[in-house]
Amino acid sequence: MATYLLTRLLRAFLTIVLVMTFAFVVLRLSGDPAQIMLGPDAPQDAIDAFRARWGLDDPLWKQYLAYLQQLLNGDFGVSMRDGSPALALVMERVPATLALTLPALMLKLCIGIPAGVYAALHRESIADRGVILLSIFGFTIPSFVLGLVLVLIFAVTLDWLPSGGQDTWRHAILPIATLSIGGIGILARFSRSAMIEVLGQPYIRTAMAKGLPWRDVVWKHALPNAAVPIVTLVGFMVGALIAGAVVVESIFSWPGVGRLIVVSVSNRDLAVVQCLLLVIAASMVVANLLVDLAYGLLDPRLRAARPAH
Amino acid sequence: MTTATANPPLVRRLRLKVPALVLLAGVWMALMVGVAIFADQLRPYEITRMDLMARLAPMGTPGHILGTDELGRDVLSRLLQSIRMSLVIAFGATILSAVFGTTLGFLAAQFRGWVEHLVMALADFQAALPFMIMALSVLAFFGTSMVLLVGLMGFYGWERYARIARGLAISASAQGYASAVVQLGATPGRVYLKHILPNVASTLIVSMTLTFPEIILMESGLSFLGLGVQPPESSLGNMVGFGREYLTRAPWIMLAPSVVIVLTTLSISLLGDWLRDTLDPTIR
Repeated sequence: MATYLLTRLLRAFLTIVLVMTFAFVVLRLSGDPAQIMLGPDAPQDAIDAFRARWGLDDPLWKQYLAYLQQLLNGDFGVSMRDGSPALALVMERVPATLALTLPALMLKLCIGIPAGVYAALHRESIADRGVILLSIFGFTIPSFVLGLVLVLIFAVTLDWLPSGGQDTWRHAILPIATLSIGGIGILARFSRSAMIEVLGQPYIRTAMAKGLPWRDVVWKHALPNAAVPIVTLVGFMVGALIAGAVVVESIFSWPGVGRLIVVSVSNRDLAVVQCLLLVIAASMVVANLLVDLAYGLLDPRLRAARPAH
Repeated sequence: MTTATANPPLVRRLRLKVPALVLLAGVWMALMVGVAIFADQLRPYEITRMDLMARLAPMGTPGHILGTDELGRDVLSRLLQSIRMSLVIAFGATILSAVFGTTLGFLAAQFRGWVEHLVMALADFQAALPFMIMALSVLAFFGTSMVLLVGLMGFYGWERYARIARGLAISASAQGYASAVVQLGATPGRVYLKHILPNVASTLIVSMTLTFPEIILMESGLSFLGLGVQPPESSLGNMVGFGREYLTRAPWIMLAPSVVIVLTTLSISLLGDWLRDTLDPTIR
């Protein structure tokens, strides 16, 4: 178990370092940071001072080390627009995004998995076909189309719910619905096929042959085994909690992380974009790490160190 | 006349082999590819031609079957052009990412050692970073351009091909046929291109049908946010994005491209699923 943990931690750390390097490389490739920060009309001596101040005349590896050190000290640069620290700007948006993505994740889990498992247990029934059809529609409709159609129906035509903004809980209903419908479809389809695969295994036949009640076969033998692949997918969804609402937040003008990304990209506010990149990648990596740990608990075979892939 | 007599058996044979829904999906995709190729001949107007007297004309207006937008531009013409744009990007990007990923996967399988570690670490990195975030940050640093957009979309999903190709190539070289040609003196390039690639192609093609709709959705999403295809060019996502401003007054601007996006991604998903079930009996 210890080696398993250690290799996972090492890989997670390596991934974070790669993301930091990526951010550094794009930042340097995209032009002279002095020009970008100071604008095209900046006088030459201001540019020279800036270059000296940030060590831009040093060799690249020295700059890279300085950059890493800066990040480790928690210095993610300041926003070009109002000069406030980038990290604070990003962090103050996180709660608003989580207010959408957490309930959406709950809905996905509470509807998607049971629907998929039910469909698998009643294969070829009307319920099964219904689940397949709805889930295919759920994940082929892009979120921006779904969001706009929901706005058209519930905000414009019926006038039941507001179409954008963040004032009351009623404003959150349409964004949460938009976010969760696709995920419910994906999760339902995935749980269904995972469950069907498990139900075809010899150990299920054995369990049935020795006369276990169907309930116990499903709950004690089938579900724990089907849970392993499902947890992987849920892990991706947990990792997307912070970054997964870019489009939806834009549709419903919800002031979360996704909105901040789009606005910073349009304004080319590089420090904020870079900070977002690192925060999002870190949350993704942490989520993957948690999934790996959950695997260890779910599947005892994985506790032993195994060769990569 | 030979085609007329040969047709019914062919159709019946197809219907026996292929479910009706998959057949419909195939017809839709053929239609879309046809539109993409012949967009210039099919569209009734130039996509930038404005008819200021007929702004926001609803669907069914004579001369503008799908209506016009806020500048009086014909929605049907723009739709046809957008289908071409979105499909070209998606095809180009799918092929780029398949070639790139497969090459890296084969390199990892051939050289093992640090090359393999490097490729796998890069694949981990790509999997850890949501693609949309990576795309947005690259667009932030370099600005938006068509070449950059296609190149960027060409990275979508490469890590999956790399992992699949590496795994398949390693297991293929353990089988007799690969080592046999190696001992006959074939160069590694020949072994991979002529012997291993044909044997693993079906799995790779299936992953291409899975990535293709995702790339369409990703490009539409970026264009919807105003960061993908730039005006005066238009893509399906960018039409939806601009149509959003007129959601209440002229919903048809947004609905036509939305329906096309949904039907296209749906069709490819259906085709891909069917292809997977047919080509790879082990997953069934």
